[in-house]
Amino acid sequence: MAGLNKVVGSYEEALKGLSNDMTVMVGGFGLCGIPEGLIAQMVKSGVTGLTAISNNAGVDDFGLGLLLKTRQIDTMIASYVGENATFEQQMLSGQLKVILTPQGTLAEKIRAGGAGIPAFFTATGYGTPIAEGKETREIDGRHYVLEPSLTADFALVRAWKADTMGNLVFRKTAANFNPMMATAGKITVVEAEHIVEPGELDPDHIHTPGIYVNRVIQGKFEKRIEQRTVKAAPVIL
Amino acid sequence: MALSREQLAQRVAQELKDGFYVNLGIGIPTLVANYIPQDIEVMLQSENGLLGMGEFPTEETIDADLINAGKQTVTAVDGASFFSSAESFAMIRGGHVDLTVLGAFEVDEQGSIASWMIPGKLIKGMGGAMDLVAGADNIIVTMMHADKKGNSKLLPKCELPLTGFGCIKRVLTDLAFMAIKDGAFHLLERAPGVSVEEIVAKTAGKLIIPVEVPEMRF
Repeated sequence: MAGLNKVVGSYEEALKGLSNDMTVMVGGFGLCGIPEGLIAQMVKSGVTGLTAISNNAGVDDFGLGLLLKTRQIDTMIASYVGENATFEQQMLSGQLKVILTPQGTLAEKIRAGGAGIPAFFTATGYGTPIAEGKETREIDGRHYVLEPSLTADFALVRAWKADTMGNLVFRKTAANFNPMMATAGKITVVEAEHIVEPGELDPDHIHTPGIYVNRVIQGKFEKRIEQRTVKAAPVIL
Repeated sequence: MALSREQLAQRVAQELKDGFYVNLGIGIPTLVANYIPQDIEVMLQSENGLLGMGEFPTEETIDADLINAGKQTVTAVDGASFFSSAESFAMIRGGHVDLTVLGAFEVDEQGSIASWMIPGKLIKGMGGAMDLVAGADNIIVTMMHADKKGNSKLLPKCELPLTGFGCIKRVLTDLAFMAIKDGAFHLLERAPGVSVEEIVAKTAGKLIIPVEVPEMRF
């Protein structure tokens, strides 16, 4: 009996069932808070035709950029893709279908998807190209756009701490899209920096309850920094 | 003289009020953080999930898990909080941020803004800009008044794809500080040494000029 123990022993097992043409959500903002090992496993698995939902597209040689390079992604739903030259080139040449989505709308689409809400009205994007073809409505004198929610076959999430039951704690700005994505995957896989026993996480401090999580794997992270900025060291005389 | 990047940031900083929660966009708006008056307390919001952004870290305190919306490593001040992207945009969309400062390619006399896309040239995505302009009531756009050839970026109608429709009420350029209302730019202040004639010549949209146009003070 595995009971509620969701820990798996290998990355193969973590992504078991992932196949061609699936939709995959991948947590992270830039390279911060991305499930590095699960992305590497997607590359290794060779699945193609993926629709990837992630705020960014990584950089050329890290993060989701790795899956773009191998042309495993067909469609990308993201808010900002400026850091990736491969991405820009595949988008401009039409090899990659891109659905640019405002960041807050993207976050809310995922939150709503996980919460069973099929669509919502937002003022974001009204009167801009992203509202084209979408239903709009005037409510109390303001104009809103109807945005459908998002779910995925797999949600790949990075957490700081997970207990074996899949209760999660995120760390600093590595949380970003991870908490919502954890709720919106048919199969949610968590790559954790630390796995602890049930009871070790204070229930008051859990960000994502384990009910949303299907699999947990112990990760190893490079934690690459995209823009390493430090303040000038004080001059000691 | 047209304002420098630093002067633009300094002028925006004069609009900060004690107790404000403020979101600063990438570029010139980020520099505003360097000019927050000593005698007031403000909290900087970074839309990737941080309220209470501090200065850059040292080599010793650098943390890959702590970045700002420009993906730069930062620190968190005492009293800061971390949260998800959904929570972050609930703050923004829900109108809880007191002041938003962001850049633009074009702004028009209706208060519409274009800042995210130049068809055929630049497609990087809108990031959080569309949510920020739709959610905030108090927005200052910082931008250049005209391009290098002297073509105005303050237009009767934006030519580039919009970021937001009819949502901008104040614009600070390297030449002038203006309000937008009733379908026109209203000149409030001019950069030191810049003539009203130059501002008129470089403003394509409808411009209302009061009898007195004071110079900005620093």
